[in-house]
Amino acid sequence: MMPENQDSNSLLVLRRVTGARGIPCVMVEGNCTLTAIGGRIQQIAAEISQLANEPELRWDLTQVAHMDDAGAVLLWRGWGSHQPRYLFVKPEHQRFFERLEEMPAPPPPVMRDRLWPITVLGKAVFLLWGHLVSLVILAGQLVLEIKYLAGHPSRIPWREISANLYRTGAQALGITALVGFLIGVVLSYLSSRQLQIFGADIFIVNILGLSVIREIGPVLAAILVAGRSGSSMTAQLGVMRVTEELDALTVMGIPHSLRLILPKVIALGLAMPLVVLWTSAVALIGGMVVAEIQLGLGHKFFLSRLPDVVAVSNLWLGLGKGIACGMAIALISCHFGLRIKSNTESLGEGTTNSVVTSITVVIIIDAIFAVVFADVGLR
Amino acid sequence: MPKDNCIIEVEGLYTRFGNHVVHENIGLCVQRGEVLTLVGGSGSGKTALMRQMLGLETPAEGTVRVFGKPLRNQNRQQIQNMRNRCGVLFQKGALFSALSVYDNIALPMRELRTLDEDMIRDLVMLKLEMVEIAPVHANKMPAELSGGMIKRIALARAMALDPELLFLDEPTAGLDPELSDGFVKLIKTMKSELTFTIVMATHDLDTLVALSDRVAVLADKRVVALGTLREVINTNHAFISNFFCGVRGRKTLRSNNSIL
Repeated sequence: MMPENQDSNSLLVLRRVTGARGIPCVMVEGNCTLTAIGGRIQQIAAEISQLANEPELRWDLTQVAHMDDAGAVLLWRGWGSHQPRYLFVKPEHQRFFERLEEMPAPPPPVMRDRLWPITVLGKAVFLLWGHLVSLVILAGQLVLEIKYLAGHPSRIPWREISANLYRTGAQALGITALVGFLIGVVLSYLSSRQLQIFGADIFIVNILGLSVIREIGPVLAAILVAGRSGSSMTAQLGVMRVTEELDALTVMGIPHSLRLILPKVIALGLAMPLVVLWTSAVALIGGMVVAEIQLGLGHKFFLSRLPDVVAVSNLWLGLGKGIACGMAIALISCHFGLRIKSNTESLGEGTTNSVVTSITVVIIIDAIFAVVFADVGLR
Repeated sequence: MPKDNCIIEVEGLYTRFGNHVVHENIGLCVQRGEVLTLVGGSGSGKTALMRQMLGLETPAEGTVRVFGKPLRNQNRQQIQNMRNRCGVLFQKGALFSALSVYDNIALPMRELRTLDEDMIRDLVMLKLEMVEIAPVHANKMPAELSGGMIKRIALARAMALDPELLFLDEPTAGLDPELSDGFVKLIKTMKSELTFTIVMATHDLDTLVALSDRVAVLADKRVVALGTLREVINTNHAFISNFFCGVRGRKTLRSNNSIL
């Protein structure tokens, strides 16, 4: 027999009556369910608690049409976690209260370790160490693969390298051009304003040339590529791990490090210096445009003076930074991608960590270059 | 001592994940030409066992020998040869999402670097026909396919190099009864036409009863029963009674009344 649909008009009602022989009774009528109680939980709970103060009261639940866990718990809590002395209830609803009687205590709350700052710090250090070790292992694996390829040049994964080169390099030209141009414009505008005060307009070429070619171009390009390609590499590898595509490659004898990771590292190592060149060029163009408008400095003059004030070694430094950053970004992205587990939380966290770590490492590489080559290219 | 008819031999296998022991001293022999089904509850380690037979994981202790040779300490070429003789169907298909159906099946063939494109085309079309997929689907990407088609194409890819050893991980999981039946029929047809050995891990009783020659039951970290279905059912163990002789079990076995 199909159960009757819960009639939403049958709201829970408690009525205090005086039954036969003058015995006080509480009639509970209607549906004792979550939907029937609706928003009146506080009100009904107060009613029940008040009525529960009279231990001689008889509780008549036999008129209750439907009961569910919520209704039973509401009554149970109102009664003070025990059945009232006189309870009349249908057998099929009795089991709700039996279950509540037998309910085990909830687990004790997790006590926070008093030493938690030390524990958290310690765990972070171990985590960092674990990451470093894995990265070194990955880099070592790639070196072994390069050694293998030196002996078997027919196995070089040209198609994979070419595909990655296109995706990380060629498709990044639009965004890097836009951002580079705007940065060049802003830099040039701010510097020229200051230089005009000292009548040193001509030094705009020095400032722009040196800062863009040596620092701004490489770092900007690296950060953009890290955000763009780093996150996509991490996500791709992570999803491949979850869908077992990586395992499918392994059982076909296609090694991951040779055919997935090495092409990414090589492609980014090749593409980055070119993107750096592109970004620096477009930034300088932006700067030139503003210099012409703001200072009246012609672009022909700008271009002829540039090689005199900026040594070529700055350009090589910039490209060198590009290669180092590119390979670092690829390595870090692949490392995080291979650690992603099969849940959405892990994917989001992994890509975030990958991009943040890549950008941090890019800045660190920039700082190292600045320290090591401090005397190069600056007169 | 390798037994001659064992295509896979597992000896003294221990598997540990940190402190959690999954397998304790497991020994198993998969005979050439048979269909062996691995059965076990969730967490009993049947997928872990299959992964170790495939060489995707290394055991904490023990040896796995495939085609008579141990899986460890082999050079690249030997491992590649062994891999070419195995085909694997993963639980969700694991088709490469960046490649079309045609390229997915052609990938193992292209990796051999000995076949030319015309021959590869003929072989791919043959494999598609074998799994009853129409040629019009050959240029589709995996994202455009339904679940049943993905499994069939994954099977075609597993069979691309006509392997002697086929691994099936939950082959009928997620398929409706009609597709499940179709898949089982397909494997039976393939088995009658070609000679290969199948190692299958499954929960599904219908598939198990329809396809298995022998069943290996994994419980309590070891193999508690290994033999034909009749022998296994008559073995006394709590898991076996619940699995095979529960309400569902009895119904399935009764409908395949050769067993009960």
